[in-house]
Amino acid sequence: MELLVATAVAAMTAAGIYLLLRAQTFSIVLGLTMVTYAVNLFIFASGRLTVNQPDIIVNPTGTYADPLPQALVLTAIVISFAMTALILVMSVRSYFESGSDLVDLFGPEETVSKDRR
Amino acid sequence: MSIALIVLLPLLGAVFPALMMRLGKNESAIAASSVTILSLVLLLTNIFAISQSTVPQASWPWVPQIDLNASFFVDGLGLLFAVMILGIGLLVTVYARFYLSPQEALGRFFAYLLLFQGAMLGVVLSNNILLLIVFWELTSLSSFLLIGFKSDSQEGRQGARMALAVTAGGGLALLAGMLLLGQVAGSFELTEILKEGEKIRSSPYYLSILALVLIGCFTKSAQFPFHFWLPHAMAAPTPVSAYLHSATMVKAGIFLMLRLWPVLAGTQTWFYVVAGTGVITMLIAAVIALFRDDLKSILAYSTISHLGIMTMLVGFGSEMAVVACVFHVINHAIFKAALFMNAGIVDHETGTRDISRLGGLASLMPISAITATLAAASMVGVPPMNGFLSKEMMLEEVTHATAIGVAWLLPGLVMLASVFSVAYSLRFLLYTYFGPVRNDYPAKPHDPSRGLWLPPACLVVLAILIGLFPEAWAGSITRLASDAALQSKSPKFHLSLWHGWTPALMMSIFAFGCGATALSLYVPVRSIWNKALLPDAKGLYDLSLNACVRLARITTDRSFNGSLHRMLFLFVLAASALGGVVFARSSYERGERELLPINTSMFVGWVLVIVACFVLAWKHQSRLIALLTVNIVGLISSIAFIYLSAPDLALTQIAVEVVTLILMLLALHFLPKEAINEVISWRQYRDIVLSVAVGASVGFLCWAMMTHDFQSISSYYIQHSKPLGGGANVVNVILVDFRGFDTFGEITVIGIAAMAIYAMLDGMLTGPLSATLLKWTSGLRFSPNRHPMMMVVVTRVMLPLAILVACYIFLRGHNLPGGGFIAALVVSIALIMQYMASGFAWADERVHFDYHALIGGGGLIAAITGIGSIVLGKPFLTSGFKYVDFPFIGKVELASVSAFDLGVFLTVVGGVMLALANLSNLGRMTGDGKQ
Repeated sequence: MELLVATAVAAMTAAGIYLLLRAQTFSIVLGLTMVTYAVNLFIFASGRLTVNQPDIIVNPTGTYADPLPQALVLTAIVISFAMTALILVMSVRSYFESGSDLVDLFGPEETVSKDRR
Repeated sequence: MSIALIVLLPLLGAVFPALMMRLGKNESAIAASSVTILSLVLLLTNIFAISQSTVPQASWPWVPQIDLNASFFVDGLGLLFAVMILGIGLLVTVYARFYLSPQEALGRFFAYLLLFQGAMLGVVLSNNILLLIVFWELTSLSSFLLIGFKSDSQEGRQGARMALAVTAGGGLALLAGMLLLGQVAGSFELTEILKEGEKIRSSPYYLSILALVLIGCFTKSAQFPFHFWLPHAMAAPTPVSAYLHSATMVKAGIFLMLRLWPVLAGTQTWFYVVAGTGVITMLIAAVIALFRDDLKSILAYSTISHLGIMTMLVGFGSEMAVVACVFHVINHAIFKAALFMNAGIVDHETGTRDISRLGGLASLMPISAITATLAAASMVGVPPMNGFLSKEMMLEEVTHATAIGVAWLLPGLVMLASVFSVAYSLRFLLYTYFGPVRNDYPAKPHDPSRGLWLPPACLVVLAILIGLFPEAWAGSITRLASDAALQSKSPKFHLSLWHGWTPALMMSIFAFGCGATALSLYVPVRSIWNKALLPDAKGLYDLSLNACVRLARITTDRSFNGSLHRMLFLFVLAASALGGVVFARSSYERGERELLPINTSMFVGWVLVIVACFVLAWKHQSRLIALLTVNIVGLISSIAFIYLSAPDLALTQIAVEVVTLILMLLALHFLPKEAINEVISWRQYRDIVLSVAVGASVGFLCWAMMTHDFQSISSYYIQHSKPLGGGANVVNVILVDFRGFDTFGEITVIGIAAMAIYAMLDGMLTGPLSATLLKWTSGLRFSPNRHPMMMVVVTRVMLPLAILVACYIFLRGHNLPGGGFIAALVVSIALIMQYMASGFAWADERVHFDYHALIGGGGLIAAITGIGSIVLGKPFLTSGFKYVDFPFIGKVELASVSAFDLGVFLTVVGGVMLALANLSNLGRMTGDGKQ
């Protein structure tokens, strides 16, 4: 099982980072979402994997899954949702402002630092 | 308490002169001087205790975890410096009142001055060395403000920046040195550290401590090679120079060397480094001073030279040399402050400080001429002035010191410096006040008003009194301060004007003769000096500063040219490279932890995830497919959460998944549906290689982590969830109770994000973009039936059901999987379905609450719940709970966290709805919507 989780995390991270490095806003948002999934699963896995031991206390001395990473990930899911929404709306707005959904208006590698000065 | 007040009064009182400035200059000056006087009186109440050899102390814990305490003490050394800071501060306040022109912001000036005064008092009265650093850096900051007071002059700004860079930079080194010192001594309190001399000197860290502390002291006290900032700080208004650059700030380094003398001094290294630096500084600065034309610049180099004398005396390591140093600290402060004030008077009355344009002022400005003559006499060391006494003591000590086995080396260098010292002092005096009267002064010189000449005159009178009756006027304070500096009884000494025909006196007379002769040869000597090619410290400083700036600019431009793609690539590359370094250096064999068996359904899920990831990367250009694959991954991770004992996560993930899908579909409606044709290039392969490498290493890390056993801190939460939090669902209890503050922050973030989304969308509807929006069409073909009956009916029936489910999830959240977050997402989904099925206008008409108010109200409820526990005397967000028996319903738990969870619920509903509803509203305003 651990092997499955680890490889799934690997695949999600790879796909996420590849999409982050694309040129259009929507791909980047999707890439970010994928990286979020991977990170959440990673943090969750830091409590180690357990089956059939949910954190509903019946007796305090029993064995339970590690609740702390779960609480962290729950927070992370909600926050990353808010951030995804924000960046999505930003991309819509910037598309209307600039008429293009490319993140680098000058092409991915062209230098704009001359114009900045 | 009173000791802390000495320091705090000027710091807190700094606002008064600024406020009183509204009433007038005099009121402002009175406010500033009252604060100083009050502080001085408080200080003087401690004199009796100190003279009884007790050390008044006051201490409060500040950050006890790092041994930082707000602890103060005043012993003889602290007393001496504090008296100088406050006494000269008072005179400078009076002087500045009359010196600064009506156009200048006097109130602000006094505020800075008091700020500096408080910081400086903090340095000399702190018991805790970390606190001392705080004040030390505060003096650098406040002196930056003072030097740059004339913010419209470029010189002022540059000088201030240079002073800050050098002294605050030295302060950083000092901080490191103090941390080491505290570690070695086992305490950060000076009173403890001073007892640990042996331990510190024999510690292997001794040299590091010494080097770091001395860098701090040398930069502050302008010792070679850090001396160059002081002359440039002369761009400050003259009262500032008189205060900071004669008596206070530049003496902070000397103070610290005296303070740490018992623990750091006495080694060969100390002798060579400190005394060596001192003697070199003394000589170089005295030589340069002779060839300066600006009165203040001459005084600045003279100050550096005298600081060199003091440093050298501290460096000797003999007790009598410390006494001489302490005595010279007093004398130098008095005559140098007087001279600076005098230079200011000349500047003020004649309009120039350039010595080549002055001369013959004695008959025009008699009072100033007398004070200047007496103060300069003290600087040269002519009897019966006070400077003569300490200079004789210094020369006496020098004749006892032997460096590198050569008995004449040190006395020789000091003699040479003395010759130059005599020459520049005479030049300062004679070229300004004596000689023929000129008729080309920029302004008509006359003696200044009383407010300007009285302060230096007071100092000069003091200089004469100390010179004539040294035991009566300075004997006991010198003794007290020396005792404190040495941390033992200082050797018996008697301050007196006449010691007989000692070698020191001979040296003095000889130096005086040579200096006077040298000055008579000034013109040819000057022409040689002008031709000599000399290294310019400021030039070197500017050069290195510019090099740093250029390097930073080049690095930034090379790595971040404005392309997001490039930035992200470099960021990911750098982060994984750093991780790789750590990874390569540690062992990561498979751990001993027993693995879970692979179950068939999870295996199927895994296959789906892997396939989805490949499809996503491959087909990301067709948006809809990409979006669906992302959702598949999300759904499978929520299934994994169920399987892996995390029902709360699974619920949240599924709900978020649905909301995100709706959101993305809404956004996708506006974005280009098909991607640009990306040319497959080496860049794409490079991205593939990087992402696969990062993915593989993250997976490997995850594998390594999961196969190792560990000790979790969660057992605390599991044990205390029920007794302390009153809930059986530990995850929920952690969220709303144990880590409730985090959740509080989180809903704030959601609220802010929703507001930002609203601002961006609303701006599109009402701003200049609305025209673009109106013309825009998605180019999609729409179904003629925009609100299909089936969907409308189903969603309307679902709404109450969904709300019921949400209530259930909300209420059971504390004991079973559920809670405010999930309930809020369920409600949001049900509501947004109405918008989608029945249209924005229909839904908006029927929503009778404001989403902004929901966000704000939710935050408010959560905050009030938290504050409620403070009112009850418990920390923020401590929960209380109680089981109440309701008729028919049964035993129900009433917990304050339910109110908190309600706040979470409201904020999340408000946030999600604000974002989604506005995004769906956008569609109505487009060309499509108007059809």
